[in-house]
Amino acid sequence: MPGLIGRKVGMTRIFDDEGIQVPVTVIEAGPCPILQVRSGDSNGTRWVQLGFGSQRAKRTSKAEMGHAAKAGLEAAPRILRVFTLEGGDDIEVGQQLTVEQFEAGDRVKVTGQSKGRGFQGVVKRHGFAGRPGGHGHPMARNPGSVGPGTNPSRVIKGKKLPGRMGGTRTTVRNMQVVRVDGERNLLFVKGGVPGARDGYVLISK
Amino acid sequence: MADLIHEIEQEQLRGETPGFAPGDTVRVLYLVREGSKERIQAFEGVCIARKGGGLSETFTVRKISSGIGVERIFPLHAPTVQGIEVVRHGRVRRAKLYYLRGRRGKSARIQEKRTTAN
Repeated sequence: MPGLIGRKVGMTRIFDDEGIQVPVTVIEAGPCPILQVRSGDSNGTRWVQLGFGSQRAKRTSKAEMGHAAKAGLEAAPRILRVFTLEGGDDIEVGQQLTVEQFEAGDRVKVTGQSKGRGFQGVVKRHGFAGRPGGHGHPMARNPGSVGPGTNPSRVIKGKKLPGRMGGTRTTVRNMQVVRVDGERNLLFVKGGVPGARDGYVLISK
Repeated sequence: MADLIHEIEQEQLRGETPGFAPGDTVRVLYLVREGSKERIQAFEGVCIARKGGGLSETFTVRKISSGIGVERIFPLHAPTVQGIEVVRHGRVRRAKLYYLRGRRGKSARIQEKRTTAN
């Protein structure tokens, strides 16, 4: 199965069968209607377009409306995203995908837009060690030297320097699904997921 | 949103907990797993702190075991905590009884709380 689009609800903890506390992120995922299926791009990959949520009619363009109507939907989805398809998947336009495609113990990839952190220094942004805080040491979080001198008399490209941090598309791989709640369309994933609460996330295997 | 998280947490709370507070002597029955065998073990001592709220609430129990102070922190709502019995209510004036750690013998005693029967 391709994956799902969801909304990050927040974090909490659950007790597993052993009674051990597991930190989890709760994701409200799906049901996602399939709006389009493409088989065989030039390089042979098949992909599928999924929708999530619903957009008010007033805010929907006629083109979007028509696109949604083809899949038999009354309202256009709030967001559309494309997922690649595995070879054997049997999928049609109009079908609804739910969290049932996952089960506890599965390993998934979760993609989201990470929280913007603004302009940050090298210690926070790149994990530089910084300098000792005490003993009269100056320049505690300074980046230090940016390279050699006269030769090459320039700073090497890609040098880690201060700058904007966060607010980028971030994928966390190998996240463990702890629980699936088909009734409420909830997915419980162990650990933290990129992005703020209420942010959109993509989940795929 | 946050309500949904609240809902999920509510589902996992244990039904009723005996009203116990720091200063009370409690007996905690908890599940121990040894290999494939399960058994219930008791831990009896003075509750010296309750921390956190909701699903993440924990309490600390302190006892003196063969002359050595032992403390255990239990998650209040863990399914492994099978039961909590209040052995004795203590009269204390603080929410956190960490001062007991520095005391032993007579000075580490806690007066029993007397409730007027009405």
